Amino acid sequence: MSRARSGGAHARPPIRMFRNFSSKLAAIPMVLVGLGVFVGGTIWTIVHSFTDSRLLPRLRWVGFDQYERLWSTRRWLVSIENLAVYGIVSLVLTMCLGFLLAALLDRKIRYEDTFRTIFLYPFALSFIVTGLVWQWILNPEFGIQSIMRGLGFANFNFDPLYNPDLVIIGLLIAGLWQGTGLIMVIMLAGLRGIDEDIWKATRVDGIPVWKTYVIVIIPMMKPVFVTALVLVTSGIVKLYDLVVAMTSGGPGIASEVPAKYVYDTLFTRQNLGQGFAASTMMLVTVAIILIPWAYMQFREKRQ
Amino acid sequence: MKKTLALLASTSLISVGSSAFAVDLEVTHWWTSGGEAAAVAEFARLFNEKTEHNWVDGAIAGSGGTARPIMIGRITGGDPMGATQFNHGRQAEELVEAGLMLDLTDLAEAEGWRDFVNPTSLLDSCTLDGRIYCVPINIHSWQWLWLSHKAYEDAGVPVPTNWDEFVAAAPALEEAGKIPLAVGQQPWQSTGAFGVMSIALAGREAWEAVHIDQNAEVAAGPDYARVFEAAANARSFAARSNVQDWNQATNLVITGQAGGQIMGDWAQGEFQVAGLVAGEDYSCLPGLGVNEIISTGGDAFYFPKVNNPEVEAAQLELASLMISKEAQVAFNLKKGSLPVRGDIDLQAANDCMQKGLEILATGAILPDANQTFSPDTQGQIEDLMVEFWNDPNFSAEEAQRLYAEIIANAD
Repeated sequence: MSRARSGGAHARPPIRMFRNFSSKLAAIPMVLVGLGVFVGGTIWTIVHSFTDSRLLPRLRWVGFDQYERLWSTRRWLVSIENLAVYGIVSLVLTMCLGFLLAALLDRKIRYEDTFRTIFLYPFALSFIVTGLVWQWILNPEFGIQSIMRGLGFANFNFDPLYNPDLVIIGLLIAGLWQGTGLIMVIMLAGLRGIDEDIWKATRVDGIPVWKTYVIVIIPMMKPVFVTALVLVTSGIVKLYDLVVAMTSGGPGIASEVPAKYVYDTLFTRQNLGQGFAASTMMLVTVAIILIPWAYMQFREKRQ
Repeated sequence: MKKTLALLASTSLISVGSSAFAVDLEVTHWWTSGGEAAAVAEFARLFNEKTEHNWVDGAIAGSGGTARPIMIGRITGGDPMGATQFNHGRQAEELVEAGLMLDLTDLAEAEGWRDFVNPTSLLDSCTLDGRIYCVPINIHSWQWLWLSHKAYEDAGVPVPTNWDEFVAAAPALEEAGKIPLAVGQQPWQSTGAFGVMSIALAGREAWEAVHIDQNAEVAAGPDYARVFEAAANARSFAARSNVQDWNQATNLVITGQAGGQIMGDWAQGEFQVAGLVAGEDYSCLPGLGVNEIISTGGDAFYFPKVNNPEVEAAQLELASLMISKEAQVAFNLKKGSLPVRGDIDLQAANDCMQKGLEILATGAILPDANQTFSPDTQGQIEDLMVEFWNDPNFSAEEAQRLYAEIIANAD
């Protein structure tokens, strides 16, 4: 830009394509990989979801049969329901808890570094480790339940992983424990970006602290919230390893999730067509959520 | 005897003729528990001793469900191993159809596999369009009810001799604070137990109609209604068995905390390790004591195609060795499974194993569900069973209706 401008009024306007030529050149490999792997792979998957491919992909068309079967499979319906419940609750709680913790840390408390480390630490663990740890903690024979009973509460009952109605809560506890720290740190960074003068001004006006957060600070942190939202949502859709480590879908099929259905049909059941249909449905779900959001962002920028 | 000698001679000729170069042959399998590892070590020992080649052990931890995708991925991805385990049946069907597996027909004909492999259905499972693509290794049967004598003594009732007596004795066990039936939480265990009940209670004809002709009407009919009723019973008997792995469930039977367990003959190893004696401390009832029929599942080895004549020669030598008398005896005694050859004498086998051998000799055998259904259909049945088994409100009629639907669409 600056070079083009320094060329003076006589210079011809630069060809748009060659602006920032070197950076565009450098981006070409990434663009190719993106097109080939992501777009190409996606199209290939969608095309094969209309075939009766089993262990090996083949182009023998069966129309929408795979989708019909998918939506009449109980396990898939349970998976979708579980993901919806887990997704909504975990989204709301992660954002709220993350922000709350960040706001508390931001009140200039003592040993802030220590607390930050403690809260962020679970994020350093993989979902598999998190899942195994919480599987032990929630195990009625060794974990919380037996400790509480040992302390004298003989009727204390807490075994969510063995109760089909509560198993999602068990997953949520582990998921929140692992994920909240990261959101807290992102929120904290956002809070640190708020100018001190704003706080001074609200104090002069006598606005209570909680009101300042709700009316002034949170609207100012919109980009931070959007980033956190995208991170949390993408984590929810691909929920898989936590379930495998904690319950492997049980008890019964009470904690199955779509990604696990896809993996199981693709690999252990050797039914590529069905697995591709399921993964295409996952893609469609993500698209339904993301496209309106992207559209809104785009329109805002143009205005 | 002469024929055997001739066979042995021809085998050794093949091996002498082709083993000019030592080849490192990687063999993948999912035998990782104590007894299993000891059994596969016998193959490795014989292969290293009898040939110039080296056995490179490629054990994959986890179960077959974990290992098979890895194996298939390597074969289709162009990085084939020297030999690999699959179960008898259709797990490798498409790999064979795609021409990725070595054709063993010439070797099989030279050694006359069809003459001594018993039951021949195992060889049929290896055959596609008249060509043979795998070596059957062993026979495992599911149809066993293991009973703890201690549990029944404590409850003050005689040890049952069939399923009906088992059902009748269950309330007494409950009163004595025991679990009537131990079942692990893993999906394959409840599915397997259901399969056992269907052979034992629906009978041979109904089972064949459902599994071989895929007749959904029979699956929805009165014979199978009995099976689902029994499964609903079994579900309530197993309500308090909160263990995961099959051997933990077996342990409940060994220690007398549970009355019985429906589990394949591999459970026998656990009783042996615990020092229990068949007939005194525990009983085994083939076919739940109702229909003494066993299914002939088990393992087979496939040899992925490699374009290297030396490796191919080594693969053929391994195939020939695995089905040889010496290897069959050594391997199966350690594994606790039945040999695939009808012409060897297993004197070291214990009571329960002898019962199995007798049933095998009378021909009261059926193919394993893995041989009749595709992994996809098996998976659907597994999903249904897991849900049914864990939800006491899931009625037997509803489960039967869904089962018949799966059978109608099976392939």
